[in-house]
Amino acid sequence: MVVVENYNKTPPPNDGNRGAKGGWLSRIPTAYWVVGFIMLCMPLVVTPFILFQIFGWALILGMIALSLMFLGGLGGMVSLAQMTIAVCAGYMVAIFGDSAITSISLGLPWWLAVPIAIIVGTIFGTLTGAIAVRTEGIYTIMITLAIAAAFFYFTRQNYVIFNGFSGFNGVMPPVIFGIDWHNPTPFYYLVLFIATLAYLLVLYVSRSPFGLALQGVRDNSRRMAALGFNVTAHRIAAYTFASVIASVAGILLVWQNSQISPGTAGIGAAIDILIIAVVGGMRHPIGPFIGALIYVILRTFALDILVSFGMAGERFQLLIGIGFLIIVLWSSDGVLGIWRSWRERSSNINKLTGEKMDGQS
Amino acid sequence: MKTSVAQRLSAAGTANALELRGITKMFGALAALKDVTMTVQPGERRAVLGSNGAGKTTLFNCITGDFLPTSGTVRLFGEDVTEFPAFERIRRGLRRTYQISLLFSNLSVVDNIYLACRGVSRARFSLIRPGVDDALMATAEALTEAVHLHEFMNSPVAVLSYGQQRQLEIALALAGAPRFILFDEPAAGLSPTERSELVEILLNLPEHIGYIIIEHDMDVALRVSQSVTMMHNGQIFKEGTPQEIESDPEVQELYLGGGNE
Ligand SMILES: Nc1ncnc2c1ncn2[C@@H]1O[C@H](COP(=O)(O)OP(=O)(O)OP(=O)(O)O)[C@@H](O)[C@H]1O
Ligand SMILES: [Mg+2]
Repeated sequence: MVVVENYNKTPPPNDGNRGAKGGWLSRIPTAYWVVGFIMLCMPLVVTPFILFQIFGWALILGMIALSLMFLGGLGGMVSLAQMTIAVCAGYMVAIFGDSAITSISLGLPWWLAVPIAIIVGTIFGTLTGAIAVRTEGIYTIMITLAIAAAFFYFTRQNYVIFNGFSGFNGVMPPVIFGIDWHNPTPFYYLVLFIATLAYLLVLYVSRSPFGLALQGVRDNSRRMAALGFNVTAHRIAAYTFASVIASVAGILLVWQNSQISPGTAGIGAAIDILIIAVVGGMRHPIGPFIGALIYVILRTFALDILVSFGMAGERFQLLIGIGFLIIVLWSSDGVLGIWRSWRERSSNINKLTGEKMDGQS
Repeated sequence: MKTSVAQRLSAAGTANALELRGITKMFGALAALKDVTMTVQPGERRAVLGSNGAGKTTLFNCITGDFLPTSGTVRLFGEDVTEFPAFERIRRGLRRTYQISLLFSNLSVVDNIYLACRGVSRARFSLIRPGVDDALMATAEALTEAVHLHEFMNSPVAVLSYGQQRQLEIALALAGAPRFILFDEPAAGLSPTERSELVEILLNLPEHIGYIIIEHDMDVALRVSQSVTMMHNGQIFKEGTPQEIESDPEVQELYLGGGNE
């Protein structure tokens, strides 16, 4: 401060980065209105199956991938444990709340079971972070994968708490305001609302001191320490933040399937989250949702497509793999990267100043 | 390990800004620093000179805690910080610049400086975006102007020229309320105009801020410092006023006559 006072001149004019005060409504980009309108009208157009199985599932997986985007895109830490953290919270609603396994489930009301599940998931995620942040790059991937594998085998073998191989079924969302939230339309709106909140939260936090510091840690952790930041603490806090999002998504995932078992958090599922985030793009929180929608559509329809071409249906993984390869080869930042370079080419945006995506401003 | 606030306050009043005792730094079998002892008073401005590989940057790294010294103690404003991580030393008023710029290449210029301001203030973990009238952001903007980068305020660091990146490097070290700054060859690669701007900035620093500047350009080094330390092969080889050092025959031989062995 002292130094600055020496040079104190009039503060420079505000050039829109943090915007003028009034009229926040008019600052919402058109794309948001369009996408928002389409999403809200979806139940009028599509079948309950598509609403529940395609959009519901895509939004939930998108949230889990969003927690990875927060760690990876903003913090430069690639965690393969995000699905595991989500499933951990999912198990907790089954254990503390209601399920068909009445010998284990404690049957607490949802307003107790849900916060407990989020807290346990977040603690688990924070501990994962505390272990993982001491490593860099490929070692972070390996250690989080090891945690995911350990959780998978532990839940499969533990019958006292996790009910082993079969897990829990009959885990239903609660009936609140007389609405059965397991019905496709209410469930869709519930998931849409929470996913939108998570998306906006990540977008907002990315420009907060914490989010900026996280990007600083990603770009140059040594310099961050030389500016007074406790880099390790920041990295762990990022895991905590991401775990809250993953935990909420994990609870929705259990409610959607109305069951949870070790297979939900298998190694394949852990890697699928990474694929979703990479395919969608890690540089903006919309990326994971795009990736999740592509993934869910492929997962659901690849089988039919393959069979109609006279190929074995179980090769749908192959189709996903090929799609993944094409997108990664084509662009350094998934679908978002392709979109961005297309837009830059077509509208001649100044590469220097137009760097930020819309909505980020 | 930690000292109490009271101890720190009482020490700060009387103590030297920096006290190094017997600092040795080994890289494998190579002794980059050999038993370096050095004292800098509060507000003192010192130049450190020496040929390539003399150990100047390593000395900075040991002072800031980027590396821990193999042996020896570091005292900052009277407090023993030898075992402290870098961020704890920075929070006590130490700052540095890097010989090879270490910036946040994907962030804008003002965000780089904002991070520097935030690092030594509270609420580093705040999830609330800085508002239009955020004091720290205003400070960051003023600092951007002080190093003549206001035109590039919202541009990513990648578009800055080499010289501008060096200016930004300096701005990061001026953020917050520095008490003691380590400048590692800040003038290297600057144009003559930028060089004189740098000298201007250094001479205009408030009196209570001391610094050490590593500088190969004798013109710059001697204009901005009151005392000079010559290093050679990881050891302190001469200390004195700029005039004494300039006229010292041994120094002249080292600088002019193949001191780089
Ligand atoms: N991280 C490191 N690992 C191994 N050796 C190192 C490391 N850093 C410095 N050294 C060695 O220590 C010696 C001193 O290096 P240092 O960078 O401190 O020199 P300097 O005085 O700053 O030189 P210059 O004027 O070139 O910047 C050199 O021989 C260098 O090779
Ligand atoms: Mg050096």
